Amino acid sequence: MKYQLTRNRRKIIIFCAFVMLTGIMLCIRVGYLMIFRAEHYSALAKEQQERERSIKAARGMILDVNGNIIATNKTVCTISVIHNQIEDEETVIKVLSEELGMDEDTVRKRVKKVSAMEKIKSNVDKTIGDKIRGYDLAGVKVDEDYKRFYPYNELASTVIGFTGSDNQGIIGLEVKYESWLKGINGKILTLTDARGIELENAAETRVDPVSGNNLRISMDINIQMYAGQLAEKVMEQKQANRVSIIVMNPQNGEIMAMANVPEFDLNNPYTLNYEVTTSLTTEEKQNLLNQMWRNEAINDTYEPGSTFKIITMSAGLEEGVVSLNDTFSCPGFRIVEDRRIKCHKVIGHGGETFLEGAKVSCNPVFIDVGLRLGIDNYYKYFKQFGLLTKTGIDLPGEAATIMHKKENMGLVELATVSFGQSFQITPIQLLTTISSLINGGNRVTPHFGLDVLSPDGEVINTFEYKTTSGIVSEETSETVRYILEQVVESGSGKNAYIEGYSIGGKTATSEKLPRSLNKYISSFVAFAPADDPQVIAMVIIDEPEGTYYGGTIAAPVIKELYENILPYLEIPTDYAESD
Amino acid sequence: MARENDNSKRTRGYYDYSLVIIICFLVCFGMIMLYSTVSYTAQLKNITATEYLSNQIIATVLGFIAMFLISFMDYHKFARFAVLGYLTSYILIFLVLTPLGITVNGATRWIGVGAFSFQPAEFVKIAVILFLAYIINKWNKKIVKLRYVFVILMLIAPISVLLWQITDNLSTALIVAGIAVVVVFVASPDYKFFVSMGIIAIGVVVFIVLKIDWLISLSESFRLERIQAWLSPEDYASGTGFQTLQSLYAIGSGSFFGKGLGNSIQKLNFLPEPQNDMIFAIICEELGLFGAVCVILMFLFMIWRFMVIANNAPDLFGTLLVVGVMGHIAIQVILNIAVVTNTIPNTGITLPFISYGGTSAAFLLAEMGLALSVSRQIKMIK
Repeated sequence: MKYQLTRNRRKIIIFCAFVMLTGIMLCIRVGYLMIFRAEHYSALAKEQQERERSIKAARGMILDVNGNIIATNKTVCTISVIHNQIEDEETVIKVLSEELGMDEDTVRKRVKKVSAMEKIKSNVDKTIGDKIRGYDLAGVKVDEDYKRFYPYNELASTVIGFTGSDNQGIIGLEVKYESWLKGINGKILTLTDARGIELENAAETRVDPVSGNNLRISMDINIQMYAGQLAEKVMEQKQANRVSIIVMNPQNGEIMAMANVPEFDLNNPYTLNYEVTTSLTTEEKQNLLNQMWRNEAINDTYEPGSTFKIITMSAGLEEGVVSLNDTFSCPGFRIVEDRRIKCHKVIGHGGETFLEGAKVSCNPVFIDVGLRLGIDNYYKYFKQFGLLTKTGIDLPGEAATIMHKKENMGLVELATVSFGQSFQITPIQLLTTISSLINGGNRVTPHFGLDVLSPDGEVINTFEYKTTSGIVSEETSETVRYILEQVVESGSGKNAYIEGYSIGGKTATSEKLPRSLNKYISSFVAFAPADDPQVIAMVIIDEPEGTYYGGTIAAPVIKELYENILPYLEIPTDYAESD
Repeated sequence: MARENDNSKRTRGYYDYSLVIIICFLVCFGMIMLYSTVSYTAQLKNITATEYLSNQIIATVLGFIAMFLISFMDYHKFARFAVLGYLTSYILIFLVLTPLGITVNGATRWIGVGAFSFQPAEFVKIAVILFLAYIINKWNKKIVKLRYVFVILMLIAPISVLLWQITDNLSTALIVAGIAVVVVFVASPDYKFFVSMGIIAIGVVVFIVLKIDWLISLSESFRLERIQAWLSPEDYASGTGFQTLQSLYAIGSGSFFGKGLGNSIQKLNFLPEPQNDMIFAIICEELGLFGAVCVILMFLFMIWRFMVIANNAPDLFGTLLVVGVMGHIAIQVILNIAVVTNTIPNTGITLPFISYGGTSAAFLLAEMGLALSVSRQIKMIK
């Protein structure tokens, strides 16, 4: 008996030791879970326990060169309901449908929906939001939110662009500078039980939003507004499709204005800027909207026509194949290979010097210059002037140049390219190239963005743009400026002449494809002062009715523009110089 | 001197107060944790936590009364009920199949009349402990032979199988089988048999874990999915692994000292039935690693007290009775904590003295009465 008890005792102790050991192992297991796996599991637990409500960050403003606000934010409210917290369903439905001007059934459906949080309406005016908050209804949440607001509505709509429902940029500068403008959304984390009800007494974790930075651009709203008005005026007068005006500093590529009329209202970007008679499908409407949002100065290419003669002129002068006093003769056409290429003056300009030919924009003169250069040289300069690559403007969707392949270029192609036909470039490409040829040969990058300012106004980033110098010599540049000044003083561009200012410019009238339609694009490009260009402007009138000559209809637009902005920009007059 | 001799022969008023204290402590602690855990569930039902726990409180009070009454009785008297209890166990298990059976959450584990209901499983555990102690004490000499070890195990096996199959209660079946193995292990002089059985059991477990994919391809059974969920709970987060994963979330968010009593968030409907099998996870979340280790240590202290009583019991019957109780508590605590910490696959086992459940509380306390009754007859040798 005694022996048996001892035997049993030993076994009891063995069992007890086994249990103790297991107990300690379980302690270690619990310790492992609570120390080494704590981060993992508590993060997962938090994720399911917390409801996240985001607080939108204020998007940065867009400021013009003088600090005027072009794009800013307006406080609006988002009204939502939390189903589980609603006490008096009917009152909630009644108040919300009344105050928000919504259909009672729609509100009822959303209020009755069993979800963690149901949005009733967003972008509600702050006063209405405050009023709803005043009712103090259980389960109704009024969250403040930002909506993009453009104080000038239509001003430079295709350039500035607008934002979508999540405050993200959709087109224009709003897209390009998205990363600078957008802030970091904040959030409110609230602990909830498994049914989604917020816990009382539980502390809210609040992550404050970080406001976006402000963008300062080179646009001057005064010039922009004036350019827009002029464009509208000429569009109406000439019953044109569209009119674009670009004003730029040719020395550094800063764009002061870029108007593409008709513009659209940035505060209502999804409303077409014209009446539509037939009902549209969603897809049709979207296509029309996309069309309306186009920035044709950048997104579309066209045949530049005679303004392109500046490029041929510069190449010829730079290569030394032509000088001011070289003589040419124009019988009204030039035969290249088997093709008879007409001059715009059917009876011909007769005998003329290169300068005279340039002043009257004689096609055979420039065909000759082009042929003297030859395909290889012409192509070399085409490339050297930067025409084959995009300008690199800080706007989305820049179109590329459509040019003949060098190996496909014959003399006929060379001849037509010489006076601006049979290839396509964007208006901004032409303006940038001309700027670079007249500023002493420095290829600039056209741009709007100047610098980024923090919400407190501190400059945190200044944008640098590429400049390629020496695309032509200073000497060639000077000659080109002189020729173009003569064009305005007594040539085809004389309608842009302003007493007291030295202005250089070039007209163009290009026939749209197909030629049989007899639709034209009339344009004019001019810079001032002629000897030291500080501003360059270009107008493009798409499909004017009646008279379509650039010199007749486009040059006066620039004249009117310059009459106002040259004094505004304090461009020195000739008088001042002669005094 | 004479007096000392006298004392050594006589039964003195020994009473294992340490065990009483640890029992009281665990029951009170359990009540507090239950109160904390069910307060949210009660609120959803629009009743106070106290109302929710009223049955639990009544059962606990009855349990304490039973415990003290039993502890002051001579445990030898219970031997005559051993066979009766063993047979009653079968009857009670089969009663579950009669209209008296009550189905909760898809499992019929209760029998009841009117407001009174209880789980036969709880009764069966005590009956099995009593029967084992009785039969082994009776076959005292025969147990040396391995044959009798088998016979005893075979006497218990049907109960275990019936609990599993009829009441769909694998965990209680395992506990009953476990108690039998522990008591037989202590009673038998043999080691080789038990060690080899242990090695085989470990081998089977290792085989299942390593060959899980191959086993799945053989049959799409429910138990196997539990095993998969055990091995990678996060892959079965929405199904079988849900409760386990929620339990791990609770444990993982406890840190050293926990969120504080009453501050668990996982109990707010995230962790299903937190007051039952998973209450240890809530303890971890609210009281932290510190609280969790304290609870484990309390149970280990309790086991140690059982060992002391068992080793000093005046006879084999008393020893085996306490060993049975010890085996029961040890197995149930280890399995529960192992399940909650996902150390073993999920099987519904409650944590003694702490989990919600009136029958369990009452019968556990009655069982403690048995152990205390044995302790009272320890002969003090001064």
